[in-house]
Amino acid sequence: MAWARRILRVDLTKGTCTHEPLNMEWAKRYLGQRGLATKYLTEEIDPKVDPLAPENKLIMATGPLTGTCASTAGRYSVITKGALTGAIACSNSGGFFGNEMKNAGLDMIIFEGKAKSPVYLFIDNDDCRLLDASDYWGTSVWDTEEGIKERHGDPQIRVASIGVSGEKGVKFACVVNDMHRAAGRSGVGTVMGSKNLKAVALRGTKGVAVNDMPAFLKAVTDGKKVLAENAVTGQGLPAYGTQVLMNVINETGALPTRNHRDIQFEGASKISAEAMAEPRESDGKPNLVRNAACFGCTIACGRVSTIDRTHYTVADRPQYQIASGGLEYEAAWALGAATGVDDLDALTFANFICNEQGFDPISFGATVGAAMELFEDGVITPKETGGIELNFGSAKALTDLAELCGKGEGFGAEIGLGSKLLCEKYGHPELSMSVKGQEFPAYDSRGIQGMGLTYATSNRGACHLRSYTVASEVLGIPEKTDPLVTDGKAGLVKAFQDATAAVDSAGICVFTTFAWTLEDIAPQIDAACEGDWSVENLLELGERVWNLERRFNLAAGFTGKDDNLPKRLVKDAAKTGPAKGLTNGLDTMLPEYYELRGWSKDGVPTNETVSRLTL
Amino acid sequence: MKITVKLYASLADHLPAGTKGNEAEIEVADDATPAQVIATLGLPEKMCHLVLLNGIYVEPSARHTATFEDGDALAMWPPVAGG
Repeated sequence: MAWARRILRVDLTKGTCTHEPLNMEWAKRYLGQRGLATKYLTEEIDPKVDPLAPENKLIMATGPLTGTCASTAGRYSVITKGALTGAIACSNSGGFFGNEMKNAGLDMIIFEGKAKSPVYLFIDNDDCRLLDASDYWGTSVWDTEEGIKERHGDPQIRVASIGVSGEKGVKFACVVNDMHRAAGRSGVGTVMGSKNLKAVALRGTKGVAVNDMPAFLKAVTDGKKVLAENAVTGQGLPAYGTQVLMNVINETGALPTRNHRDIQFEGASKISAEAMAEPRESDGKPNLVRNAACFGCTIACGRVSTIDRTHYTVADRPQYQIASGGLEYEAAWALGAATGVDDLDALTFANFICNEQGFDPISFGATVGAAMELFEDGVITPKETGGIELNFGSAKALTDLAELCGKGEGFGAEIGLGSKLLCEKYGHPELSMSVKGQEFPAYDSRGIQGMGLTYATSNRGACHLRSYTVASEVLGIPEKTDPLVTDGKAGLVKAFQDATAAVDSAGICVFTTFAWTLEDIAPQIDAACEGDWSVENLLELGERVWNLERRFNLAAGFTGKDDNLPKRLVKDAAKTGPAKGLTNGLDTMLPEYYELRGWSKDGVPTNETVSRLTL
Repeated sequence: MKITVKLYASLADHLPAGTKGNEAEIEVADDATPAQVIATLGLPEKMCHLVLLNGIYVEPSARHTATFEDGDALAMWPPVAGG
């Protein structure tokens, strides 16, 4: 129960769609979504495969709670070998697509091979077909989604697709569903594009059964009460969204600015949640129109925004004078502080383009920041940029590059390489603020020490969502720790990593954990699924998933030397704020972390660890 | 002496009348504490979840004992999160 017990295998080379039973032995050890799909992927592909080769596979996976009435239970993930990183990739998305997929009776869809010409997968419950997508190839996510719904005459179809960026090989292309929710990181959309797979469109009406309905309803009701009564999930996130962090992190002295040259941004208040709520001079309306919720979510942190109609980006372009997906904190940081741009409308426009053409605003903004540093250092000139004056703070350069990157054209195609390849190309690899090829999110690890270890050890490259120790180090959730010290951070990071891997395998949103602990989550999973899903077993599951991902990366060619940070963060001290004079203390945290993990000094899981976790 | 008080999210409603943006300069006594500023501004104490003095977290237990220097910045938020 809770699992649909069925997967769909789509051989794009042969053009076939075949249902298979879910491997329940694996399901009982890896639960679902991130964990279970990673198990399938690691069993089915060579870790050394070229991410863009037909031999790489791409899996869309729901969790056992996806499609149930648990709060936030609309999640799905895209798992593959990442185009940006060459490491394991698992990108999680909300919206409504995951629920629809589960209701079509699918725990997973496994895509293999490569179609001869562009196709999309259409699913109507048990009816699964590959259809010609040549009409949509070369069009945006937004046009593709609308076009498919119109073609099938069904506005209730849920669509996950790639934009032109994914077709053109932009390394950090996303899979976007429901117009502006995205499996955003690591280039999962790039892999989808390499397979000539434009979209997945589906309808599902089967319903989702659970193992013990009375117990499940009680656990779900209890959980929703906790979310409603918690000040963060009940009030803070719906009212202000994640963007409320902009001023918090800037004040804390951990807001990476101008490619991490600085750690406080003088323009932070202009691009914050508070600024989004401020009425504009031109029309008296704020940037923020309303909040929004994904399927089944009782938090509703999403933002819907408009751009000032007099702004240069949209003044003569009515198609962008709309209410659409607004800025989240990570996007606002990358498009703003990382580039030194404090024009809220320009950031909102660039974010619209990221959604429309399907590419990750974090990697995009961070790569533009790196390119701006190359430009200001004289390494690249208008000759390379196609005439763009790429100075820090230039809103016009940012928005021009967003449009070029979305189409994979001009210097936008070079931005589409990601910062690692771009900086290597121009002889300055040290200017790429990345780990394992993936750009940092919005926290400078000189000011939040635990995040340095989080980034360095993240299996999918630099990522905040693998162990969000910001919750503890800055926000005091579940308890406050000092962001400026390394003591205790190895254990903190491991605990966050394991718990998050369990949550990511369940079908619910990690934001619930601002209020929920595993004590709240375990009863919901335990009632929904067969088996014993105690807190202890979920933590062991999380640790098992973490080690499974680690072993894939090691087999792919990564080593402990890749658990590292750019020199800037470990050699150049912070210039201002509480962390002034500090670098990140990764070298003191990493050995302790390896020991806690049961890994060798080189970062390899020992035989005892592998045996204990039954890997 | 003067300090800058910065109030964000729902706490911004308690900024002195006429304040533009989220910060205002206020006059405080030499022995003033964050707790006294919270009371003077009429802030609901329970909602002052994150209190930073020059960017450094002030524990609830220290809010009655910490003191200011001229030009300090006291920033406060209700319970918030993101990511």
